[in-house]
Amino acid sequence: MTQQMVTLDGNEAAAYVAHLTNEVIAIYPITPASPMGEWSDEWSALGQKNLWGTVPDVVEMQSEAGAVAALHGALQAGSLSTTFTASQGLLLMIPTMYKVAGELTPTVLHVSARSLAAQGLSIFGDHSDVMSVRSTGYAMFCSATVQEIMDFALIAQATSLESRVPFLHFFDGFRSSHEVVKIDKLPIETIRAMINEDLVSAHRQRAMNPDHPIIRGTSQNPDVYFQGRETVNPFYAAVPDILQAQMDKLAGLTGRQYKLFEYVGAPDAERVIMLMGSAIGAAQEAVEHLAAQGEKVGMIKVRLFRPFAPKHLFAALPVTAQKIAVLDRCKEPGANGEPMYQDVVTAMAEAVADGSMAAMPRVIGGRYGLSSKEFTPAMVKSIFDELAKDSPKNKFTMGIIDDVSHTSLDWDPSFKPETPEVTECVFYGLGSDGTVSANKNSIKIISEETPNFGQGYFEYDSKKAGAVTISHLRFGPHQINSTYLIGDNEASFVACHQPTFLTRYDMLAKAKTGGTFLLNSATPTDKVWDDLPNSMQQQILDKELKFFVVDAYDIAEKTGMGRRINTIMQTCFFAISGILPKDEAIAHIKHAVEKTYGKKGQKLLDRNYAAIDATLEGLHEVPVPGQATSTFERPPVVPADAPDFVQRVTATLIAGRGNELPVSLMPPDGTWPTGTTQFEKRNIALELPKWEDDLCTQCGKCPLVCPHAAIRAKVYPAALTEDAPESFQSMPIKGKDFPSDHRVTYQVAPDDCTGCGLCVEVCPIRDRKDPKRKALNMLPAEERHSIEQPNWDFFLSLPEYDRTKLDGTKIKHAMMMQPLFEFSGACVGCGETPYVKLATQLFGDRMLMGNATGCSSIYGGNLPTTPYTTDPHGRGPTWNNSLFEDTAEFGLGLRLAVDKQTEQAQEYVALLADKIGGDLADGLLGADQSTEAGIFEQRERVAALKDKLATIDTPEARTLLGVCEQLVKRSVWIVGGDGWAYDIGYGGVDHVLASGRNVNLLVLDTEVYSNTGGQTSKATPMGAVAKFSAAGKPTFKKDLAMMAIAYENVYVAQVAFGAKDVQTVRAFLEAESYDGPSLIICYSPCIAHGVDMSNNLRQQDMAVNSGHWPLFRYDPRKTEAGDNPLRMDSKAPSIPYRDYLASETRFSVLNRTHPDDAERFLKLAQKHVESKYSLYEQLAHLAWQKADKPVEKSES
Amino acid sequence: MDLTTQYLGLELKNPIVPSASPLSKSLDQSKKLEDAGAAAIIMYSLFEEAITAETETVNRFLNQQDTGFAEAEDGFLPDFEDFSTGPEPYLENLRQLKEALDIPVIASLNGVTPSGWVEHGRELEQAGADALELNVYYVAADIDQDGNTVEERYLEILRTLKNAISIPINMKLSPSFSSVANMVQRVAGAGADGVSLFNRFYQPDINIDSLRLQPSLHPSTSAEALLAMRWIAILYGRVDGLSLGATGGIHTTEDAIKLLLAGADVVHLCSTLLKNGAGQTGVILKGIEQWMEEQSFESVADFRGRVSALAAPNPAEFERANYVNIIDSYSFSPGVMV
Repeated sequence: MTQQMVTLDGNEAAAYVAHLTNEVIAIYPITPASPMGEWSDEWSALGQKNLWGTVPDVVEMQSEAGAVAALHGALQAGSLSTTFTASQGLLLMIPTMYKVAGELTPTVLHVSARSLAAQGLSIFGDHSDVMSVRSTGYAMFCSATVQEIMDFALIAQATSLESRVPFLHFFDGFRSSHEVVKIDKLPIETIRAMINEDLVSAHRQRAMNPDHPIIRGTSQNPDVYFQGRETVNPFYAAVPDILQAQMDKLAGLTGRQYKLFEYVGAPDAERVIMLMGSAIGAAQEAVEHLAAQGEKVGMIKVRLFRPFAPKHLFAALPVTAQKIAVLDRCKEPGANGEPMYQDVVTAMAEAVADGSMAAMPRVIGGRYGLSSKEFTPAMVKSIFDELAKDSPKNKFTMGIIDDVSHTSLDWDPSFKPETPEVTECVFYGLGSDGTVSANKNSIKIISEETPNFGQGYFEYDSKKAGAVTISHLRFGPHQINSTYLIGDNEASFVACHQPTFLTRYDMLAKAKTGGTFLLNSATPTDKVWDDLPNSMQQQILDKELKFFVVDAYDIAEKTGMGRRINTIMQTCFFAISGILPKDEAIAHIKHAVEKTYGKKGQKLLDRNYAAIDATLEGLHEVPVPGQATSTFERPPVVPADAPDFVQRVTATLIAGRGNELPVSLMPPDGTWPTGTTQFEKRNIALELPKWEDDLCTQCGKCPLVCPHAAIRAKVYPAALTEDAPESFQSMPIKGKDFPSDHRVTYQVAPDDCTGCGLCVEVCPIRDRKDPKRKALNMLPAEERHSIEQPNWDFFLSLPEYDRTKLDGTKIKHAMMMQPLFEFSGACVGCGETPYVKLATQLFGDRMLMGNATGCSSIYGGNLPTTPYTTDPHGRGPTWNNSLFEDTAEFGLGLRLAVDKQTEQAQEYVALLADKIGGDLADGLLGADQSTEAGIFEQRERVAALKDKLATIDTPEARTLLGVCEQLVKRSVWIVGGDGWAYDIGYGGVDHVLASGRNVNLLVLDTEVYSNTGGQTSKATPMGAVAKFSAAGKPTFKKDLAMMAIAYENVYVAQVAFGAKDVQTVRAFLEAESYDGPSLIICYSPCIAHGVDMSNNLRQQDMAVNSGHWPLFRYDPRKTEAGDNPLRMDSKAPSIPYRDYLASETRFSVLNRTHPDDAERFLKLAQKHVESKYSLYEQLAHLAWQKADKPVEKSES
Repeated sequence: MDLTTQYLGLELKNPIVPSASPLSKSLDQSKKLEDAGAAAIIMYSLFEEAITAETETVNRFLNQQDTGFAEAEDGFLPDFEDFSTGPEPYLENLRQLKEALDIPVIASLNGVTPSGWVEHGRELEQAGADALELNVYYVAADIDQDGNTVEERYLEILRTLKNAISIPINMKLSPSFSSVANMVQRVAGAGADGVSLFNRFYQPDINIDSLRLQPSLHPSTSAEALLAMRWIAILYGRVDGLSLGATGGIHTTEDAIKLLLAGADVVHLCSTLLKNGAGQTGVILKGIEQWMEEQSFESVADFRGRVSALAAPNPAEFERANYVNIIDSYSFSPGVMV
């Protein structure tokens, strides 16, 4: 067997073994486990076979509950089956996991362990999820490194087959699942040698088979259930020894020996820590360093957590151990310590009690690393220091500052074991500039082309537009297990791929003395020194850094690379860092380019080569003057007038220093202030729209389409422009709906615009003399930013127009309403956010929102700053995200509470009518709130009521005071994507629609799970390539609208604002006014479609014109008047479906990868869109009769 | 009955040649066309521009997918590394068609750059194309560009390609030349072995909701065939050695016969095949045979060009631009005394 070293991440390592050793793979997307499903799907789409020479059937389910149930069925019918998940997805599997375990079914579930959503959601790693399933009966087996993930995936499979106990194989989300390292790939022969065919056969023999039928899943009574439950004991008892034997067997095959509990450290250690997962890497570095210095310390690496095996633990633990710290990466509020701590204490107490252990060691428990919180050797040392104390703190926390319950231990960040042979490099880049992929490529080159080992870990952003990435790369002659970020004064190479970062991040804090700083900047070499803030210059001087500069964008432009600088910056890295001889490195980069682009055209190859060659000429060392000369510093991250909380907390998060915030500054229940995106001035647009008031017809389309609410319209009295900056533009408002002495302004927010250009794209007005000039034109930001800045500030100071005087059915009017959703972190050109923004303009001041997890909850609620904001009265949308699957029900709950409180308020108004005044009471109870004016008047009445109630000192009055605000009409919105509405949340959607209650469901349909990276949903159209359907989706898109229409009492609209904006606005107004359930399905172009979002509007047009997305409204109220409730708002398909497909990569790429299928799907889809339109069209033209009274049943 | 015809120097068993359409993307459909009697097949067009655009698109959306966002850090679309965005799939299709069919296979090319025309022309020749049709899509929208410059553009492409490859070349032309006949003659002079009359373009349409342009393409109708019929009738027998193909609007047996009578060497079918399937080729062929029998024609050569401008008693009728319905009122039957 030849050794094959490969460079990959933990997810790929797990998927590799899973795909080879299973036949049925049930998948569902969830971060950070999704890539395991994606790899499996791609490999099966490519026809890759498993150990038994057959291609595994990879099936996406509607939820994790569905995935595990499909797995249960596949196992029961005798197949080898697996699934992958994390976080709340694992929790959805719990009921079935009990079944799988109860039936002693061999299977491995691979989990990239992740935090659970509690006070807030987190996608990052800890053991909260896996610890929540520890009573299901699954064995729990933990990998700490990527190598272990591959090895343990196999060991788990072998052990499960032999023991019949199902295995949960887990590893830390992101830190292990996404860490890229060089490992020894298990050869097929090794995998084959570990899988015992007799055991596979035995599994098949136990399966359900009508030729020799069995029955399982019986319902058992008090007489036998208990005994039945105890039958499994011998199987669990056998697991530890079977597992160890399998570990030994693998050691024989690979030379890598693992133990259930592995001890590292001084043989006579007195202080020992126990932990599992990736933190083992950091701990081992500290332990080995301290032990080498003579300290009597050691550590136990825990691999098998369930079944807990005290015998094996005690065998591993030095008898000299007197003090033990057990570290859990989870929190169990209210428990007497976290799970592993409790197990260890119990085991030792039992051992002491039965005499097998001489004396009880001092055992303390600690929590660390929640949500991928850093865990470093310095922290490990601090724990050992704590253990050395006479009374070490129990139930401590490590890695945070807990100034509330004072659980935390301090640590000295300067402690770090020396690793002189390791080179550490940090790169700051933009998500879109390819820094991460270039670095992954560099690791591959170094790991695979040299004897060195590489490690890459990547910090990502919570913003989708202008996301910043920080790449942490380590290289060295040995396997690198430093499972923590590169810290201050550690990096010998720091690269800044975007000059705008100079004034935003303290990048050189990471640089170590004598290191190198590489900057991408257009400033000439002899001037670039002056671009650096003073403190940065000082760092270069103090740390004696070498300073290099390259104008990567210029090289990219000149060599035809456009704005892609990844290859250029990668070339610089190799040219300067000296990790490889320069020529050799360049040859490797060119080879990698050829591997990537070889089949995709000589032109691509040529320009990459040209860029690499030009880079070497364009890279210059900057002479460093003897002293810091610049007179500026990094500016504060938020304006000086921002609120106190924003100054103290939000600003710290924005600056990337959130780790420094103590517990006391965190809201205890997850309640955060709204409207904070306005303080995060990101200034990421390269071009800004310039308004031409000589051309504008005031149609209002530009604010409507803006995904970031960064272009606004306002009407105001002309007199107010007196104090305006000179550059402030305005024009008289047109139309008789407005006072003639008012003016209007369409104003861009220059710091918040992302430069997508959709406002210009939608602008219908051209200068007839100069058709290239529209009423809005994109101009370079450097030209416009400083001009628009004071204009925007002035614009904000103008009063909002009285919304009771606006007619929301007109776009122009609706767009005068203040958006209460602004400057979100959504992608440039996002197709979803205009809908959300529109809803907040029309109803935001009385809106309750339940938001399904997904893109809309991320750009809607991801820290550091959130976009939902308030009007000048302090009113605005109130927002919460319960889960992914439960949003419809959560939203219904909001409605039920509102309705109940409204009812109660009405009852109490009637009850107290005498005291509060009959007129007021009548007004409150009989209010017509169907218009903005009506709502305004009711608010006035409620204000009057509050005044009255303040003077009435009775329990009833106090009760009414608590609920009286609900007398103002509330608008409940349930928002989510297609993954929620079509798949995981459909059961709830269906139930809530059937409830008849007044809720508005807004489905932002991107036709994939956008947030998790574009996995297929039931909304994905036939023939579209997406993750989880790499060979094209073979089935039609689900017709959610028709399903809802079938209820007959649901308002249903299908809209696409880019195709027919008026219809969209009308649909929103009609849906909201309908006193029953409403469903608005919104076509939302997404970057996942493989089309540039500057074409967002065109794609909506094409979707409608091709028949893919017919526009219609179904209003049940119409039947009362005897009208057909369905109205078509778009015409029959007028362009070939082929043309629509050709315009989006998600479809067109299938022509290349699976041309025959692509053609077949196209034909089916063309017919389908025609027949679908025809069906709707016919329904819309059915003769409709006014519903008569129900026919009375005859007496006979 | 002899249906054979000469086209681009190829001996064809009959004059029915399906024109460039998606049908030729499928081996199965192409085989059906052959079985139904097609004498040759013109493949769908290889568009240089589309190849370039697709390469760029794939590069952008598959190779450059970094988002910087943790949950979608590696982008949105699965990346099959092992596929090509160049002309290889087209060439492979061509090779397969050549292998599977006995009838000649004519490749169709739409280039945008001089190097693209030559590079792809050579590739098509090497892949076994029996002839090459140049699909020169060009709308002369530049107000400063005169007609001669426009025409020269066509001729230059043709000359360049003629120097680069040795298989016959057919040029598909649009009717938008001020002198169609002269243009055809010059095309022949520049080395074309045949012309197809006429190309149809997508026409932009205006969406009155969005005030934006949208493309539209309506299937042809038989009425459109009359345009080709006129010009083929005018050109028949006028340019030595140049094959005449009729394309656009030929749906029925009657349409096909008319074009042959006007002087076409072959007639091309497209919309009717997309609508009625490959079998329509056989229906039309059978109809031609039946008509020939009724008319007592033994061979296509017997009747081809019989109603061309050369053969018509009153060739001026092909040149009439307005419908003059009263002319006949002035004429008399030659044998009648008035």
